[in-house]
Amino acid sequence: MYKLVKPDPSKNLINDKGLRSDGRRPDELRSIKLQVGVLDNADGSAYIEQGKNKIIAGVYGPREIHPKHLIISDRAAIRCRYRMAPFSTDERKHPAPSRREVEISKVIREALEPSVLSEYYPRTVIDIFIEALQCDGGTRCASIVAASLALADAGIPLKELVSSCSVGKVKGHVIVDLYDLEDKYGEADLPIALMPNHNLVTLIQMDGKLSKEEFDKAFNMALEGCRKIRNLQNDALKRKYKLESDTENSKDSKEEVK
Amino acid sequence: MRTFGKNSIKSAFEWILLTILAQKKQLVIPGELVAKGEYDPDLNVYKDGENIYSTMIGLFEYQGSRISVVPLKHCYFPFVDDIIIGRITDVGMSGWSVDINSPYSAMLPVTEFGARQNYPRKRETTQSLRVGDLVKAKIIAFDRSRDPLLSARDRELGKITGGRMIKITPSKIPRLIGKEGSMINLLKKESACSLSVGQNGIVLVTCNSPKNEEVVVELIKMIEHEAHTQGLTDRVSEVINRKLRGV
Repeated sequence: MYKLVKPDPSKNLINDKGLRSDGRRPDELRSIKLQVGVLDNADGSAYIEQGKNKIIAGVYGPREIHPKHLIISDRAAIRCRYRMAPFSTDERKHPAPSRREVEISKVIREALEPSVLSEYYPRTVIDIFIEALQCDGGTRCASIVAASLALADAGIPLKELVSSCSVGKVKGHVIVDLYDLEDKYGEADLPIALMPNHNLVTLIQMDGKLSKEEFDKAFNMALEGCRKIRNLQNDALKRKYKLESDTENSKDSKEEVK
Repeated sequence: MRTFGKNSIKSAFEWILLTILAQKKQLVIPGELVAKGEYDPDLNVYKDGENIYSTMIGLFEYQGSRISVVPLKHCYFPFVDDIIIGRITDVGMSGWSVDINSPYSAMLPVTEFGARQNYPRKRETTQSLRVGDLVKAKIIAFDRSRDPLLSARDRELGKITGGRMIKITPSKIPRLIGKEGSMINLLKKESACSLSVGQNGIVLVTCNSPKNEEVVVELIKMIEHEAHTQGLTDRVSEVINRKLRGV
């Protein structure tokens, strides 16, 4: 057995050219792949790949609520469970729910709640299940993006989709969409969820320290990032449902050929 | 269409302010801006100040000043007077619980089941309907605070004894019925099957000939898939011609 001696990662987070350790510019998002309707058994589902993050979200509901004491008489209750797979990190994660998972479940639920028109279905429940298959920083933001798409896919009325993105600071530079190393060795991390049409921030948390000027800059960068992600969400949703109507059209034309 | 009053500058201005931003039958998604101005938001849209947004994935529709979205996928929300088809999930002392394919489970009391003069009633609720049985019933009461109440005391309602059950998206039911029942009557007439449609998205097909049943099931699936396309009735009759009449 020998130990690999790693250099201190915090020193190389931004190089002389202003590029980050994974080659991105400070205002560049990781590449994002979104897919809607990946599960057959859930009412709605979505899958997101953001850099090395791989997260799947499934939604059931609105459906009858059990146990009955959780009934809210004037709107649907929303339950959310975020879970990390044991193989999602480089060191095996113990499968029991951790403090971190309980916290993230709660903040995701609260980030999505303002977008759901839950008063349309009183006394019911909407269940959101999020499985993080592979984690590389910023999973709460990616989970919100996927879960919001899954809600729309389930046919649940929404004011609009929720988009989410994190910003932070490494070596004095404000950067967007932090990945694992930047999150761990950086100086600040600021995840934000946004409903862009309403200009409504539904999630904001912060680790570390930012001056007021840095905060303003970071906040605006996060809004910009959320808007970019929003466009991707719109495209993903339309792609799935457009595809369905396209296949119908091609079927029609085939019938005509016969 | 909107007409302008004579010399009315105001209405001309209003006309400019009113804009519909989507086309009929265009695919819209939640949060998409579909119209601006003095329109009436109808189903599955909401108004925020001047703007009207969609709340669902669906197809945009407007009629006069009413703006709505027909959802591609949604769950059944009960309405009073809807005829539905449900499955018994529980038998109680005074009635049955019925799964009506919606977030709310319905209640069918014994007093609302059976023919009008069916006295003396069977002594046990289990004797007339068991768990798993299907019933066709009407929603007689429902509000946001209580579960729906059913009644099966009508000529065409009651226990379902045979047939084939098909589930389709509840928002496609109006298309299956057609204008003044044109589509459903076409299917009934041509296939000699009896069809009963529940507003909750459950359709029951009863046929004498298995071949016709097969064709009808296929047609219902086709109507569900192509509900939003033009000239559907023509295509349905074309399939009927080909498969049932062998033309």
